[in-house]
Amino acid sequence: MDYFLTEEQEMIRDLARQIAQERIKPIRAQLDEAEEFPHEIIKALGQADLFGIIIPEEYGGLGGGCLENCLAVEELSRACVGCSTSYAASFLGAYPILLYGSKEQKEKYLPAIASGETLAAFALTESASGSDAASIKTEAVRQGDEYILRGSKQWITNGGEAGVYTVVAITDRSKGPRGASAFIVEPGDPGFSVGKKESKLGIRASATAELIFNDCRIPADRLLSREGMGFVVAMRTFDQSRPGVGAQGVGLAQGALDEAAAFAKTRKQFGKPIITFQAVAHMLADMATKIEAGRALVYATARYIDSGAKDIGKVSAMSKLFPTDVAMEVTTNAVQILGGHGYMRDYPVEKMMRDAKILQIYEGTNQIQRNVIGQELNKEYGRKK
Amino acid sequence: MKIIVCIKQVPDTANVRLDPETHTLKREGVESIVNPFDLFALEAALRLREELGGAITAITMGPPQAAEVIKEAIGYGVDDGLLVSDRAFAGADTWATTRALAAAVEHLGGADLIVCGKQAVDGDTAQVGPGLAQRLDLPQVAFVKGWREISDGHLVLERQMDDGFDVVRLPLPGLITVVREVGEPRPPSLKGKMRAKKYQVPAVGAAELGLDPAEVGLAGSHTEVVKVFAPQAGGDRLMLGGTAEEAGARVIDLLVEAKVIAGGA
Repeated sequence: MDYFLTEEQEMIRDLARQIAQERIKPIRAQLDEAEEFPHEIIKALGQADLFGIIIPEEYGGLGGGCLENCLAVEELSRACVGCSTSYAASFLGAYPILLYGSKEQKEKYLPAIASGETLAAFALTESASGSDAASIKTEAVRQGDEYILRGSKQWITNGGEAGVYTVVAITDRSKGPRGASAFIVEPGDPGFSVGKKESKLGIRASATAELIFNDCRIPADRLLSREGMGFVVAMRTFDQSRPGVGAQGVGLAQGALDEAAAFAKTRKQFGKPIITFQAVAHMLADMATKIEAGRALVYATARYIDSGAKDIGKVSAMSKLFPTDVAMEVTTNAVQILGGHGYMRDYPVEKMMRDAKILQIYEGTNQIQRNVIGQELNKEYGRKK
Repeated sequence: MKIIVCIKQVPDTANVRLDPETHTLKREGVESIVNPFDLFALEAALRLREELGGAITAITMGPPQAAEVIKEAIGYGVDDGLLVSDRAFAGADTWATTRALAAAVEHLGGADLIVCGKQAVDGDTAQVGPGLAQRLDLPQVAFVKGWREISDGHLVLERQMDDGFDVVRLPLPGLITVVREVGEPRPPSLKGKMRAKKYQVPAVGAAELGLDPAEVGLAGSHTEVVKVFAPQAGGDRLMLGGTAEEAGARVIDLLVEAKVIAGGA
């Protein structure tokens, strides 16, 4: 399908595809098996300028938008979601600075993120606070020219690898969700440390770790926007980033379809390639159709966001929800089509099935996405009376 | 530091056929690529520029469409390019090629360092790098696999040998040819590719380089190709059974019997 991409967008897609094919695919199984962070891949993506996609040109980036980001993420995910998560999480950490940072904050942090020299990370989730984000316990207390952070964050992607963390903490508990604020934390800040690296079902090449703030002192100018804006920063960040998670789903599902269709053409049973059996062909047909629908939704949403539209919450949630549910279904069916081979680690589809699960969980579970969509529908149809 | 990288457009070797009439490679309809060894030369130049600063110019000799490899080099991050192209250069052997390339280097005002791949995958001679150094009266080190010390005045290089490597000091200006161990080529960059799209590749011919058509191209070549042929595939086949150890021992016995290798004591 031709999505009428610009020459520049095609260039981004092709370069990401080249790196995925030449560098990620040959080592993805080894990264997964060893639970090894892909430093060499990150370096190559930096050299290719791919970390600069969403960063404005004045800060050393390419000045692209959500669609350009999705194109790169999709291609990387087609080879390995562990690698694409490490890549995309840097944008997740960069968005708060990009959207709400002061000129000084942007000048200080964005060029190093754009070059890939520094990875960013975003920290909201805590052990007792996942979907109920407003219940976070980490607090930040102003003392003179500093804020003192106390608490811990859990399951932070790029934890221990990032050079910049954007962290949401409570500055005024009495104000509820309006009492949270967003801060920039650097690895060398006194009282900041990274806890244990988690061992995971999938996306094992990515680093997931606990962040610990033990009376962590940061200069007051690390506050993003102003006090009380923490959840606004987080929600606007997610609005921008969710189509990227959808793009991970599209890329992953496409990678699984590539494997399943190629296998079904060569695998013979009862004297014929199994793709000639309707039971298998129909599975492949459904997989391909849903992937294309997911891709169309992701691209359309990304274009809508890039147009500067404000009411993006609902479509952004849809563009995360649908393709990631598709990815879970498609990767599961890819394992089914490969049968016993698919269940073995000699073939890549079992990894794809393990990787798919997280897409339905992180950056807002798919249940939370449905809540967002449902609440928007409730509002829309309330207005129309 | 001023660096010149020599690169060559070659047919994608997987699909090359020979013309039985002219004894030359049939290039029509075969996709052209940058000679793979020249990508290592580009990578070496980019790494040296990162350390020492300066600028890189990529030069290539070939027909007008060879401008494509210069654009590719721009995509990888080189600063400038030069296409050395003229009908008079056609049919050049390595002797005539180095004549034209040496004139192109002089046209650019020389360089502190010239970097070449160890050889091109179409001709496989490995002569152009050393020949070019000779023409320019520059010191040279071939088969460079890495370096230990770099400065504007000299390089301390590791030269790949069959049984290990030599450590060689090269005063600059000089020329090196590199092998793949010098470092995996980086991917092209988006900014580079965008620049490449608009980049107008400068071109020079024999007249601009002050070369007499009689000393370049086929006319200036000393090599005479008498016959070119593709070796016949075939021969006998022998399947050996048993364990890997038994089969391995039997392979050695057979090779000794056939006098392919010398037998041990």
